[in-house]
Amino acid sequence: MNAGDLVDTGGSVNAGGSVNAPVLSVTSLVKKFGHFTAVDDVSFELMPGASLGIVGESGSGKTTTARILAGLEQPTSGTVALDGEVIEGHSRRARLRHARRLQMIFQDPYSSFDPRQTIARSIAEPLRLHAPGSRKEHQARVDELLDQVGLSRRAGESLPRDLSGGQRQRAAIARALGIAPRVLVLDEAVAALDVSIQAQILTLLDQLRRDTGISYVFVSHDLAVVRYITDTSIVMRHGRIVERGETEQILRGPQHPYTRLLLDSIPSPDWDLDRVVQDRRALDLR
Amino acid sequence: MTLTIPALRARSAKRRRRRPLIVSLAVAFLILVAAMGLLAPVLAPHSPDATSLLNSLLPPGAEGHWLGTDSTGRDVLSRIMYGARLSLLAPLGVVLLSGLLGTAIGLLAARAGGWADAVLSRGMDIVFAFPSMLLAMLVVAVFGPGLTAPICALAVSYTPFVGRVVRSVAIQEGTRPYMESYRVMGFGELWVTLRHLLPNVVPVLVAQSTLAFGYALVDLAALSYLGLGVRPPDADWGSMISQARSAILQGEPWSGLLPGLVVLLTVVSVNVLGEHIGGSIGRKQSEGA
Repeated sequence: MNAGDLVDTGGSVNAGGSVNAPVLSVTSLVKKFGHFTAVDDVSFELMPGASLGIVGESGSGKTTTARILAGLEQPTSGTVALDGEVIEGHSRRARLRHARRLQMIFQDPYSSFDPRQTIARSIAEPLRLHAPGSRKEHQARVDELLDQVGLSRRAGESLPRDLSGGQRQRAAIARALGIAPRVLVLDEAVAALDVSIQAQILTLLDQLRRDTGISYVFVSHDLAVVRYITDTSIVMRHGRIVERGETEQILRGPQHPYTRLLLDSIPSPDWDLDRVVQDRRALDLR
Repeated sequence: MTLTIPALRARSAKRRRRRPLIVSLAVAFLILVAAMGLLAPVLAPHSPDATSLLNSLLPPGAEGHWLGTDSTGRDVLSRIMYGARLSLLAPLGVVLLSGLLGTAIGLLAARAGGWADAVLSRGMDIVFAFPSMLLAMLVVAVFGPGLTAPICALAVSYTPFVGRVVRSVAIQEGTRPYMESYRVMGFGELWVTLRHLLPNVVPVLVAQSTLAFGYALVDLAALSYLGLGVRPPDADWGSMISQARSAILQGEPWSGLLPGLVVLLTVVSVNVLGEHIGGSIGRKQSEGA
């Protein structure tokens, strides 16, 4: 098991604050649900300020991977290390340390808020947990966060149901940023939004990454979105990583037939449905 | 024209939230009964315990005794007023206790899941299947008459009535994605349960407790009727009916019928109110989804 090595490197690098140490490293992650293997030997690293895409169809294990990163699922085996420190234990301390480093944005921003709380109160809640301070300080921080994601104070005083999908996703991002995590996991974060709103959120995410140096793990089935928001990507199928590399390179010259299939499946002027079917058949025969 | 438009709008808004007449009547009656009990020393025309054998079994409308007197000549109206205190407070105690127990057990079962849920749920099923009156009578047999024992016994037998509903609502709410988002933010299970689950459970709890109040009132009146609850000479609707037994056989039913009528109206009012609260929660939930 090389998890021990990772801890050691992380420890020494942490002290020095070197730029070359990964902020997130995932090693031989496996998740089984009964006999079904959802995630099969997945490993990757994420540098500070980098953005990694996890691409695949539904059922490819990408969401399960994201949920393991967020601590919502326990891996059957393998490790997740944040800042070189392997995540383990369920103590309150361990939970808070994990949360302070990694946050997650869900696909449906509406249901990720308590429907009875105003947006501002929902954003203030994790602040109270992670950054104890006076009511006034939290209020100021909430205003700052709302401003950072382009929401008005009035939007902050609204209930989740009174905001649009895009506004809610901005609010969800603000809430996550309040904890100042090093890594943000975005699970299909723009999939539920209109295309025009998607672009706005993606621009916002891009800008936030440049401003704060936060890292992204961007889980998506949408290759156009991944192309815009990520530097490197991994392609998952049946729980395994079938291709990895620079996002641009993967999309230009896919090596694995599955990646090619995904690319061919995007509707375009010269879209050839027969080829998609052929690709699929060839893939299933492998 | 400009004047009528806001008026129309106000009226249509009112129509949407209109409260049925029966509910208003029920609430009015309950307020009346509660006020009677609260202000009994001021309002009651006679002492509830003052006997007068010369004036026994007067029919309603008699001079100085609006609702007549019982077999020992005590004023029925005064006794109904003083009786409201015990007859309302005792079921209130039952409801508060069972609400507390039921909420705690329901939330615990819902959040813990697994074998803890199985044990708690089966436990509630067993208590639920056990007749509440029988349990109350057993407890009285062990601890002797008085109100404390039957209140505790009924509270235990009504706990599943509250606990099962709390559990199912908590399970439903617990699967909502925002619960997970709180876990990712590092919040503990207890905090999420009390801060975000409990507020969702409260409306159902109120509806269920209101219904339980009605049942408890009837059960306690029955216990008092059997001589297992309130001890004489304390006034209580159930014991008033009980003490009127011989008078009823003599063809003087009033001193028993009137407290019986008050019990009936109170329970019907409480049930109407409970159904209304439960119904409006259902409506709100279907709107909110």
